[in-house]
Amino acid sequence: MVCAVKHGTFFSFVFPSLLAMTLFIALPVASVVVQSFHAQHDQVIIEVENCGPFGCETTTKIDQEATEALRQDQPLGKFVGLENYTNRGHLATSEIGEAWRTSESMGDFLGELMNLPFYRAIAFTLTFTAIVTPLTIMLGFAIAVAVNASARMLRGPLIFVSLLPFIINPLVGSLVLFWMIDARGILGHALQFLADDPELSVKASTPLMWIMLMVYGIWHAAPFAFVVFYAGLQTVNQDTLEAAMIDGATRWQRVRYVTIPHLMPLVTFVALIQLMDNFRVFEPLVSFSAAAHANSLSYYIYTDLGGETRLLNSAAATSVLTIIGVAILLAPVLVRTWRDHKRA
Amino acid sequence: MSALTKKHPTGLRVLLLGFLVVWVILAAFPFLWTLWGSFKVEGDFFSKANWANALTGELTRTETGGSFTGDGYHGAWVQEEFWRAALNTFVVCFCVVLISLTCSTLAGYALSRSTYNYAFWLLIAALIFRAMPPITLVSGYLLPFFEWNLWGHISTTVIVLVAINQPFSLWMLTSFFRNIPKDLDESAMVDGCTRFQAFRHVIIPVMWPGVITTGLFSFLLAYNDFAVTAMLLEKENQTMVPKIASFLGTTQTKGNVMFAVAAVVSSTAPIFVMVMFFQRQIVSGLTAGAVKG
Repeated sequence: MVCAVKHGTFFSFVFPSLLAMTLFIALPVASVVVQSFHAQHDQVIIEVENCGPFGCETTTKIDQEATEALRQDQPLGKFVGLENYTNRGHLATSEIGEAWRTSESMGDFLGELMNLPFYRAIAFTLTFTAIVTPLTIMLGFAIAVAVNASARMLRGPLIFVSLLPFIINPLVGSLVLFWMIDARGILGHALQFLADDPELSVKASTPLMWIMLMVYGIWHAAPFAFVVFYAGLQTVNQDTLEAAMIDGATRWQRVRYVTIPHLMPLVTFVALIQLMDNFRVFEPLVSFSAAAHANSLSYYIYTDLGGETRLLNSAAATSVLTIIGVAILLAPVLVRTWRDHKRA
Repeated sequence: MSALTKKHPTGLRVLLLGFLVVWVILAAFPFLWTLWGSFKVEGDFFSKANWANALTGELTRTETGGSFTGDGYHGAWVQEEFWRAALNTFVVCFCVVLISLTCSTLAGYALSRSTYNYAFWLLIAALIFRAMPPITLVSGYLLPFFEWNLWGHISTTVIVLVAINQPFSLWMLTSFFRNIPKDLDESAMVDGCTRFQAFRHVIIPVMWPGVITTGLFSFLLAYNDFAVTAMLLEKENQTMVPKIASFLGTTQTKGNVMFAVAAVVSSTAPIFVMVMFFQRQIVSGLTAGAVKG
């Protein structure tokens, strides 16, 4: 009986894929961790003795050549321990302690907290994830029910149209929306009309910007939830539904006690994928040029990496903190998978 | 009886229909609007006076003479050399799909047939890798890539995208291969084939539906990526998405935001065509992971 793949054969089949993942996912994570404990070398200061007619005096100046040579020689920089994590750009331990001591109310303290870039980013990321994920699932479910109730010949075109917001490039999709919501665009005009305020502009208002980013997030992800739930609706046991009907269950009761329990595993699946994807929210912030109003963890890393001075170490520290966040988010799923595996 | 379960009362039917109409408008209107607007001048697409100008093209007529203008497309494709970005995108996507599918097909097959513990752990590792935002990995690449002069080349980006693609492809193909009966390849092995020969002669002929679906998603990942391509490619090698993003920075001041609009429409067109032809595969791919639970 030939049952399992031999170890050697297994390895040779898996090797290319494993190599790619090791080199370009596992090692970069290690590289991020190492970088996060380092900082660029300080400038080399040398003392120069200037002797003039009134005697000699020593002054200090920056030795550009030596600095450059040192940085070239040790591109990783110097070891600074946890400094990258505790500085103002990240966990800001001393600033928080200071704010805790001096602020009079909780609101005061939170206000101070929102001035710190890392906490600003994490606040938006978590709010975005917490609001967009459930709303996506609800909208997706509603679309699935509606499409399922429509005429059979309409379903193909309906699925086609519904897929568009999801399949589209996130940067492009959010740009399309951003141009419409511009104060001179059609939705912008509509908003101004509804609010009766000709000066209203999403670009200028933080709450509106947050709402628009979340609207985009739901618009983009709902089709995914829809497709999964729609597939699930095709496999609802018709006999159970009929039995429930004969027993006198109302329409709502049938949905509540037959359809929704059947879809529950799919809800977990969609929620897991959505949590992962929403936690990395990034492209809409680029498209909406939202930096003044909102910041996400991914966008924070992106802005550190880009620009004239590449703040690699700062980005590395944020990356490590982000990966820890992802791990916390995933932990329940991993524990459950592990238990299932042990039982199997 | 089954006809009875399908019938909804009229009130509910109207409600569902109304909701569906609203959703279809929400999903399709932004694209139609942008497509229409891309043939207008900026003053119409972003109209201070009257939003309806974008439909009628008041300024387009006074500025160019016709109701429609291809200026945005000319500016993007010829003046700003968007064709170069399109070409780069094609090269990147083609290579990523080809390499990624080769690696993940082999690995997915082995994972589906292995009963050892390490196969399980490999899939779990893939799940964790899938959850990591690509931009966190990018901050790990930059320093070594600068040091080893790997930065900026298309080939580096292709390999990186292949790696980022692996976790998802592995999960998808493993669950696909699990649905191909083991008896198929095992009977071939009883007849004296090696594992690789069994794969080559028995599995390869029947694997194409799963591979095509996975290939579509690999293509989408490569085509839609922004974090990796924006950070790892130098200017001449830029693909379409970072090119569009760079339009925003440079051309908005020049008043040529229409270049970006035209580029957005151009980069969306292939996706439309793809969904049209492969709708069934995309839907089955999206649900593949869910069915397993």
